[in-house]
Amino acid sequence: MNNFTYTALKTAKEATGARKAEPAAAFIAGGTNLLDLMKSNLEQHPQLLDVNQLPLKGIEMTSDGLRIGALERMSDVGEHPLVVQQYPAVSQSLLLSASPQLRNMASIGGNILQRTRCGYFRDGAFPCNKREPGSGCPAQTGDNRNLAILGGSPACIATNASDLAVALAALDAVVLLENSKGKQRRVALVDFHVLPGKSPQVETVLEADEIITAVLLPAAAHARKSHYLKVRDRASYAFALVSAAVGLDVQGGQIKAARVALGGVGTKPWRVPAVEKLLVGQPATEATFRRAAAAAVQGAHPYEHNRFKMELAQSTIVRALLELPA
Amino acid sequence: MNHDHTPEADGSAADGSRRTFVKQAGGLLGLALAPPLTGFAERFAAPAKTLAGPTDLTLRVNGTARTLRAEPRVTLLDALRENLDLTGSKKGCDHGQCGACTVLVDGRRVNACLTLAVMAQGKEITTVEGLAQGDHLHPMQEAFIKHDGFQCGYCTPGQIVSAVACVKEGHATSDDQCREWMSGNLCRCGAYPNILAAVREVAQKGGAQG
Repeated sequence: MNNFTYTALKTAKEATGARKAEPAAAFIAGGTNLLDLMKSNLEQHPQLLDVNQLPLKGIEMTSDGLRIGALERMSDVGEHPLVVQQYPAVSQSLLLSASPQLRNMASIGGNILQRTRCGYFRDGAFPCNKREPGSGCPAQTGDNRNLAILGGSPACIATNASDLAVALAALDAVVLLENSKGKQRRVALVDFHVLPGKSPQVETVLEADEIITAVLLPAAAHARKSHYLKVRDRASYAFALVSAAVGLDVQGGQIKAARVALGGVGTKPWRVPAVEKLLVGQPATEATFRRAAAAAVQGAHPYEHNRFKMELAQSTIVRALLELPA
Repeated sequence: MNHDHTPEADGSAADGSRRTFVKQAGGLLGLALAPPLTGFAERFAAPAKTLAGPTDLTLRVNGTARTLRAEPRVTLLDALRENLDLTGSKKGCDHGQCGACTVLVDGRRVNACLTLAVMAQGKEITTVEGLAQGDHLHPMQEAFIKHDGFQCGYCTPGQIVSAVACVKEGHATSDDQCREWMSGNLCRCGAYPNILAAVREVAQKGGAQG
């Protein structure tokens, strides 16, 4: 880990101002992703800006829905009664992430910004277009079992690793941002992360002098009846091979509203509107789920070792929908 | 072991990153140790201080205030082991994957290897050394001995600290729940069945004081 200076800030204005003055600086909240990467010299920052004293906490119901402060910890959000009751998929996505220790540390803002688990990105001996733009992507022809089948490009097929972001994508979450001038803006979670294209080093729309202040979750019947299913190589403490966040509003056996997003298959949290369209208006049966789920992998591009995700993605959606409480 | 927190190790003293060097003075330290005469508002209105290079830090560990001098990049785990001679917390992966370094910070279990010592100031840190009362072992320590909850013992301090928190959180009410909520602590010897038995016994006896 390179040496760095350390500054603890107290306001968003101070923190974003400091980042504007030193764009190579990094914000640190829980530090679970940042310090991990810095220890491997995959990220180097001359300055760490500690944002933990910023007033960005609180989990409260507002007229916009549930507002979750960016500095709330994964464990606290995952077990918060409002989240458990109103947004079960969000709670489940958090409690199926990482370990209890890491969940006690990691913040919501940091979770959304966490970097990929692609083995080539995380091994400095390999080229990687995310780390060193233009250096190449060994994953295209290398070990790509864990990598994306949707949203990739010749420059990058790294998956987004956040479970939370998948649930947030499904449930129409909005990310609140603030910059060094105090200007706030709202970005839908599905628009927050960007596709790799030719510049996979750019992962989000966050500007250098912006910070995430909160996440908003609109209230909805399909959010109250939502579910997150995570399929992985071992029972716990592993990243998803494939995951699905689903929500349904079923009235009289008919699906009135549907939300479906996938994790582990896309280069960003992968909402699948095509599946939702095929669910709405149909009877809430396994046959409907199967027919709709087939649309999830339309346009997918599997690689040598991850073809299994084509089938697994569909099965995961179906099982997640079947596991929804009646 | 990672000794790269000495200033010379990577030659970074010359990389220009210290241009904002503010000698000691310490933002967080100043905050934590500000004398009572300093007004609340005055303290909070003070501009943020930047720490660079070795700095005096104060950590409250197992009920005692301990001082050390360390760079901002020194982790809580290294500070405990290398500076404070508390070697109970173990360095396994040093990347938050194995749980051998688990300590309690303000009563919550965390990975000390991914916590900066400078950021742990002003908090109550409990390590495995802080669980026993003199020669009187913590019930979780007793249970690990009784159920032979270890083989090589390297993961054991982290397992025990994590287990104390797991029970206190109410996440050890069934075998499956306990397995899930202890999954952040890996045991390469595979002592899991005995670890599970130890944690469950303590939980069933009404938990252990933290």
